[in-house]
Amino acid sequence: MGRLRCFFAKKGVLEVETPLLSAAGTTDPQIHSFETCYEGPGAAQGRPLYLATSPEFAMKRLLAAGSGPIFQVCKAFRQGEAGRLHNPEFTLLEWYRPGFDHFQLMDEVEALVTELADGRLPAVRAERTTYAELFWRHLGLEPHTASAEVLARCAADFPVLAGISGLDRDGWLDLLMSHIIQPRLGQGCLAFVYHYPASQAALARISQSSADIPAVAERFELFYQGVELANGFHELTDAGEQRARFERDLLQRRAQNLPLIPIDEHLLTALDEGMPPCAGVALGLDRLLLVVNGLSQLSDVIAFPFVRA
Amino acid sequence: MANYSTNEFRSGLKVMIDNDPCAMIECEFVKPGKGQAFARVKLRNLLTGRTVERTYKSGESLPGADVMDTDLQYLYNDGEFWYFMHPETFEQVAADASAVGDNGKWLKEQDSCVVTLWNDRPIDVVPPNFVELRIVETDPGVRGDTASGGGKPATLETGAVVRVPLFVENDEVIKVDTRNGEYVGRVKG
Repeated sequence: MGRLRCFFAKKGVLEVETPLLSAAGTTDPQIHSFETCYEGPGAAQGRPLYLATSPEFAMKRLLAAGSGPIFQVCKAFRQGEAGRLHNPEFTLLEWYRPGFDHFQLMDEVEALVTELADGRLPAVRAERTTYAELFWRHLGLEPHTASAEVLARCAADFPVLAGISGLDRDGWLDLLMSHIIQPRLGQGCLAFVYHYPASQAALARISQSSADIPAVAERFELFYQGVELANGFHELTDAGEQRARFERDLLQRRAQNLPLIPIDEHLLTALDEGMPPCAGVALGLDRLLLVVNGLSQLSDVIAFPFVRA
Repeated sequence: MANYSTNEFRSGLKVMIDNDPCAMIECEFVKPGKGQAFARVKLRNLLTGRTVERTYKSGESLPGADVMDTDLQYLYNDGEFWYFMHPETFEQVAADASAVGDNGKWLKEQDSCVVTLWNDRPIDVVPPNFVELRIVETDPGVRGDTASGGGKPATLETGAVVRVPLFVENDEVIKVDTRNGEYVGRVKG
């Protein structure tokens, strides 16, 4: 932690703290929030609150208010996620760099991770591969245009994936990515994957498509030894587009009978007032500690994993 | 039988896969930070003993398998079936060669075994970890030799053949570890 704070201090990135309890939460249909309720002065009827799944929305409000570059280390909470590499509460490092794009931020992520690992990572430059190159290399298909049927047929070739059905296009992409490609990523060096499908942009900008280049999300992830460590965006700053994405999420949530999380209007107001163009990234510190020490499960690096919390 | 959703998956759970009962050996939660969650499981087919890996979408469920481990007393073998009896209800079940497999050679009358029943049909028989069996045939013992390695084969009353030290004699009762088929020691009569 000392090295981490020193790294950001040298670069003039300000440490901030934002609420972990919020009246709004993420609308992402694949990320589930813990819900709780405040009762007391100011809320006689009770006020529903969500535990933050990441500090992203609040930090973006700071950026819009003119904070300049900021970082935060905090707990994040995700409902329904527990396993070898998941704990329902975990420690995130999240930071934002006004004026950076995702390529510049990848450079900084690599520098920080190398610094934090303190010689426990191989001394080689990180690999950088686009999502599409990975699918070509490992599966021989074009992920941005392949239909759900093509992806399903590809998955059926792997005995371990046989028998799975009823996924949508993104579900098949996630399946192939997380089960077939990801275990091979970052073997021996850090590996960045960038330019995700536009349908998986989350809060990233989408690049304009041209005649022969499909639109892609300006989003990247970092892997080491097959473990996902970080997710970054060249951030979407358009309030209208952001609202449309939130509303699309809620339609999907309604269709899947998931709780309808209130849209963060504070964030949309902040975007509307103007958030500087920036890139931001969230890095799982527990997982980083895990992989640089050659361990295999989160319970090896968390003092009291949730089953014993 | 109940259905088990991915949230109930754990090692030891018995479920039906392609109409065969299977036991979960491992279960892993796989989820990209922003993406679909899956349960990846490793299972052992209880009929064939083969291991299979499968992946399920989070929230899917599998039918449970009516599989039960019971302690039964071994009675006798009639050449085709091995007969076992429940020590309290005296109910009898007959296990065929595919259920007993290689373990038949460790079965001694009156020993208590773990018999796995699927829909009341025996599919696996596990003998006690240690059994005491009489030697029916081995080369004459070498007196005083307690240390030299090698040993010699000895045929036991159940037909099993194990390696025993040179000093062990015909008609002695020895203790054998059924998990690896190794001689443990002599049993003083």
